[in-house]
Amino acid sequence: MAETHSLQDMRQQAAVAAKVFIQRDYSNGTMCQFQTKFPSELETKIDKQQFEETIRTLNNLYAEAEKLGSQSFIEGCLACLTAYTVFLCMETHYEKVLKKIAKYIQEQNDKIYAPRGLLLTDPIERGLRVIEITIYEDRSFSR
Amino acid sequence: YYYNSILPPSCTGHRGRTPRRKWQVFPGRNRFYCDGRVMMARQTGVFYLTLVLILLTSGLFFAFDCPYLASNLSPAIPAVGAVLFVFVMGMLFRASFSDPGVLPRATPDEAADLERQIDSTGCSKPPPRTREVLINGQTVKLKYCFTCKIFRPPRASHCSLCDNCVERFDHHCPWVGNCVGRRNYRFFYLFILSLSFLTIFIFAFVITHVVLRSNRTGFLTTLKDSPVVVCFFSVWSIVGLSGFHTYLISSNQTTNEDIKGTWSKKEGKDNYNPYSYGNVLTNCCAALCGPLPPSLIDRRGLIQADTPQTAHQSNGTGGGSYCDQDQCLQSTKFVLQAAATPLLHSDPVVLPPLPAKPASLGGPCAYLAPAQPTLPSCAGDVLTLRDTAVDSHCHHHLHLHHLHHHQHFASPEETPCGTPQGALPCPAHMHLQHPAPPVRYDPVTQDSLHEDSVRGLVKLSSV
Repeated sequence: MAETHSLQDMRQQAAVAAKVFIQRDYSNGTMCQFQTKFPSELETKIDKQQFEETIRTLNNLYAEAEKLGSQSFIEGCLACLTAYTVFLCMETHYEKVLKKIAKYIQEQNDKIYAPRGLLLTDPIERGLRVIEITIYEDRSFSR
Repeated sequence: YYYNSILPPSCTGHRGRTPRRKWQVFPGRNRFYCDGRVMMARQTGVFYLTLVLILLTSGLFFAFDCPYLASNLSPAIPAVGAVLFVFVMGMLFRASFSDPGVLPRATPDEAADLERQIDSTGCSKPPPRTREVLINGQTVKLKYCFTCKIFRPPRASHCSLCDNCVERFDHHCPWVGNCVGRRNYRFFYLFILSLSFLTIFIFAFVITHVVLRSNRTGFLTTLKDSPVVVCFFSVWSIVGLSGFHTYLISSNQTTNEDIKGTWSKKEGKDNYNPYSYGNVLTNCCAALCGPLPPSLIDRRGLIQADTPQTAHQSNGTGGGSYCDQDQCLQSTKFVLQAAATPLLHSDPVVLPPLPAKPASLGGPCAYLAPAQPTLPSCAGDVLTLRDTAVDSHCHHHLHLHHLHHHQHFASPEETPCGTPQGALPCPAHMHLQHPAPPVRYDPVTQDSLHEDSVRGLVKLSSV
């Protein structure tokens, strides 16, 4: 019945039932990766595969941001030679990927999470510590 | 400015005032300039000394030695000197003014969630505040930071001078007036490297000048016009420091790790640095040319209430956030009053009375203030989270005052704080309803606290 929530409606009218925090996974070092373990609170809300897919994509995007490839090397050298003034006109590679991540999260929220009464918070707003998933109550206010 | 952020001029129905920026309610002991664009540590005296020394030495060089050298040797000398000088200043400013990689403190919800997770592992003993992670085959211990309420990522450390957790914490450098961490390590390194070149350059050419001049006039007269003495001492210390950091970069260690001998070879254990890439060149590239991560603290962002509101809370989009702030300001003020009255610290259990140090009173202001942006959740609209969110405020307060006594923190479920505005009777609740038996000494937390403060001191002396 009230399964299709729009993001705006949810934020204005629904009450937060609970929050789940996906912590960081440090097994590969200090790289920004999140644990893919499926939290028990979401069992009734979303498909495990779907959730793991989202987290895995996010992990890949963060890995891309922090990758030590030739592009980041060239960018680093150029920046050093120009005494880092080049960043006044150009975005760093990391920032570009962060924008991509924000867009991806927005899209996931719109398509998959909002209809199920969930909301993903971009980890950058939590200092890249956690992915915060807010579980909203049913619109019918059964409380 | 702590008190300003807690007690703003007025708040009810005041829609017209300019929204404040996040740096104004930042909980650490940092100073911000240029409306949040510049971020430094609290003590900046030594930084000005650094500036003066560099400017004075270079100024004297350009004024007294360069005319002679340009006309008698080559005009390239002042040119190269100028380029070096500009590079040094640029790197100094970059290292001093940027965010070293500060980790923002946990939101009340996160802190409560972590507390729940920690406390769920048995209740009779103090819960372990460490986590072990296997990184590249090495077991690394992640410690819980009581101030920031997070488990510190590997290589992060809490700087006691700035009161922040910093990623890949190297050391706190008073000369630069800031911590040196993940985001500004390369600037710091380039600063000391270029400064070494600059001082060697100046030293060499001043000596040349003196030697050439003393053929005609006296040795001592030329000497007294030259910045030789300053150069002489700084050459050895700066060059030495550059050499040390070059070694650190090539082995991908932080000063912190090197001093503690974290990755040094120990008998019986196969100890190696799990973060090193194996070869020197990759390590150097990673440290100097790796991607520059953005600041996690968003200093110039505008403070806004972004959590959802229930029907009775939302009086329109603008007013709602301000009135929530008001309620939470009330609760904050009450907790501050509670902090000021030792009577509320009812310790029928075995702890000695708390010393009412002014320093500890300054703490709650700092810790509670940043909760403002996310405070709507504390005002009671979040039904199941109400108690935990409010209790985490009280935990802030409690943490601070019982920090040296390592009292067992009751889990949120045991101390419900009743009313919707929760925090008003909360301090009383918190202190009187401690059902858990007191824990006198927790070596784990004691260690981490002492380590942090010791580390801060060591950093000072190591530079």
